[in-house]
Amino acid sequence: MTDREPLHGEYFISGDEACAEAALSAGCRFFAGYPITPATEIAERMAERMPDVGGTYIQMEDELASMNAVLGAAWGGTKAMTATSGPGFSLMMENLGLGIMTETPCVVVNVQRGGPSTGLPTLVGQADMMQARWGSHGSYEIIALCPSSPQEFFDLTIGAFNLSEKYRTPVLIMADEAVGHMTERVVIPAAESLTLFPRRKPTVPPDQYLPFAGDGDGVPAMACAGEGYHVHVTGLTHDERGYPATSTAVAQEKLIRRLIAKIRDNRADIIRVEGDGLEDAEVIVVAYGITARIALWPIEMARREGIRVGWLKLVTVWPFAEDLIRALAKRTNAFVVPEINYGQIALEVERCAAGNAHTILVPHAGGDVHEPDVILNAIRKAAR
Amino acid sequence: MARQEDTIEPVERMDGHELAEVSPQHPMDRLLRRDRLPHIWCAGCGLGTALNCFLSALIQSGLEPDKVAVVSGIGCSGRTAGYVAMDSFHTTHGRAIPFATGLKLANPALKVVVFSGDGDLIAIGGNHFIHAARRNMDLTVICVNNFIYGMTGGQLAPTTPTEARTSTSPAGNRDHPFNLAYLAAASGAAYVARWTTLHVRRLQRSICEALLKPGFSFVEIISPCPTLYGRWNKQKTALDQMAFYKDKSIIQHGADPRTADIGLTGQIIVGKFVDIQKPSYLELQKA
Repeated sequence: MTDREPLHGEYFISGDEACAEAALSAGCRFFAGYPITPATEIAERMAERMPDVGGTYIQMEDELASMNAVLGAAWGGTKAMTATSGPGFSLMMENLGLGIMTETPCVVVNVQRGGPSTGLPTLVGQADMMQARWGSHGSYEIIALCPSSPQEFFDLTIGAFNLSEKYRTPVLIMADEAVGHMTERVVIPAAESLTLFPRRKPTVPPDQYLPFAGDGDGVPAMACAGEGYHVHVTGLTHDERGYPATSTAVAQEKLIRRLIAKIRDNRADIIRVEGDGLEDAEVIVVAYGITARIALWPIEMARREGIRVGWLKLVTVWPFAEDLIRALAKRTNAFVVPEINYGQIALEVERCAAGNAHTILVPHAGGDVHEPDVILNAIRKAAR
Repeated sequence: MARQEDTIEPVERMDGHELAEVSPQHPMDRLLRRDRLPHIWCAGCGLGTALNCFLSALIQSGLEPDKVAVVSGIGCSGRTAGYVAMDSFHTTHGRAIPFATGLKLANPALKVVVFSGDGDLIAIGGNHFIHAARRNMDLTVICVNNFIYGMTGGQLAPTTPTEARTSTSPAGNRDHPFNLAYLAAASGAAYVARWTTLHVRRLQRSICEALLKPGFSFVEIISPCPTLYGRWNKQKTALDQMAFYKDKSIIQHGADPRTADIGLTGQIIVGKFVDIQKPSYLELQKA
């Protein structure tokens, strides 16, 4: 490939490849990674394509290093991304926390496989969803998006970069092996038709700049290295100057409250869902990623049997669409939650349903997608 | 080599934060965050000397401080990033080098310096250290080696000499320590030097050379920790440790780093061990 710019047009490519192309279209010019199935194709595509667009690809010694290199590159002024799967995601947790604490925009892709541990390297899983939410230590909010197709993998990667810049935080794309390896038609829009959120830059001179003050909307402007602002960036609890403030609880309360509020207070802007037949549903299937697609056929079968079934696809899984689930719980009988794990997002649905509707988990240990009949039977049971 | 004039204006912050009472005339003021002083380091610690030598070397090098970034990990040495009035990053334990790698590659116009300690760079960060040296990544790594974990109270480090006592080797260390100069050289560093904090002029010169060297340059600074290392090992004061360096240091430029092991009581070989020409990471990328 000799294009000196991001692609434009229609392509028949895998989800992993679509993700890599989307990153380039979003202006990502730094990728650090470590080979791991089933995310390796993202790294390979980046290794091939980054030179075309004048960016940097580097293969690091492990995922600890990859995550740190991405954070460093973001502070060097670029948009940066890494991609991994379960075992590497575990290693990234340490410095995902550094990214959250230092408000570093970047994108981390997890193409989920079966776990725990080495698990099923080549086969699908969705069992890292709670790790995405809580995997790094400390109190924080996180943004995580789940694509169901290669096209959506493309679109959500663009969206992830925009959210990361808008809210100055790492954004997770929690894909899965099925979507990562699935090959479908992907439309790549022309660069000029994409809306990209630019990095928030300071508008004041260095002597007036407070790099960790939540300007107005709680998200500070970001001066990068070499721009003359002499920023100090630390993973320690810090004040608005970025200086360590570790001797009392005051700075901790102020900082952590702001880091959480900048996500929580903007849930309406961040959370995206898709729905069908929710208005009069007696049963609602709540799903995400590949499982949201798998659920379509059993929903259709159940409707033919006369069951009023709704379909709720969580595009944004974190922050969780809790207001919506709370409202739906008051007018439906039950939520059916198929997911390729033994109960993670189902716990959130159950929490938000708060006893107003039943929550029926349809678990799967991984290695394959759900048999449609299993979901259909759960819908029938819920409707009884 | 360009030399910057020593006409130094005192640093003032205009954001209303109070400055600590520090003489505004100190020649390093423009390179230090005066509003963060005094520092946290113990009396007798070698880190002040190490930092002074680094900043002096930086001035000597002619590098523009606005284009220099300092990256540290965790520990006493890791606090250095918090005191320099440059773009500075205090990262997680052991991860300064990969963070610095991303920073450098994203903006190659920056001079990126990693300033951290032996536990941070060589124990938890050891894998990153050898791989950055292997790549001949365009970084200067300054490692302050005090043979111990200072910040957490004096535990065994991968550099603690065999037989040395620490809070987690109270009967004497039964491990073999790393020889950092040998490790760096064997891993592919283009420049390797070692000095103690007694050798301030030579140390400053080596840091200056390292700053101007393309590729991976490494300077090890043997540094006293009287509070935690010295008092466990019959060197109760900083002066005892400095006297030990004076007695035991042997300057051997070009010495084979394999011969430069450091024991509890034996000689400390110091000098410039490696200064070779080989394509740096960025030079290979352009090729």
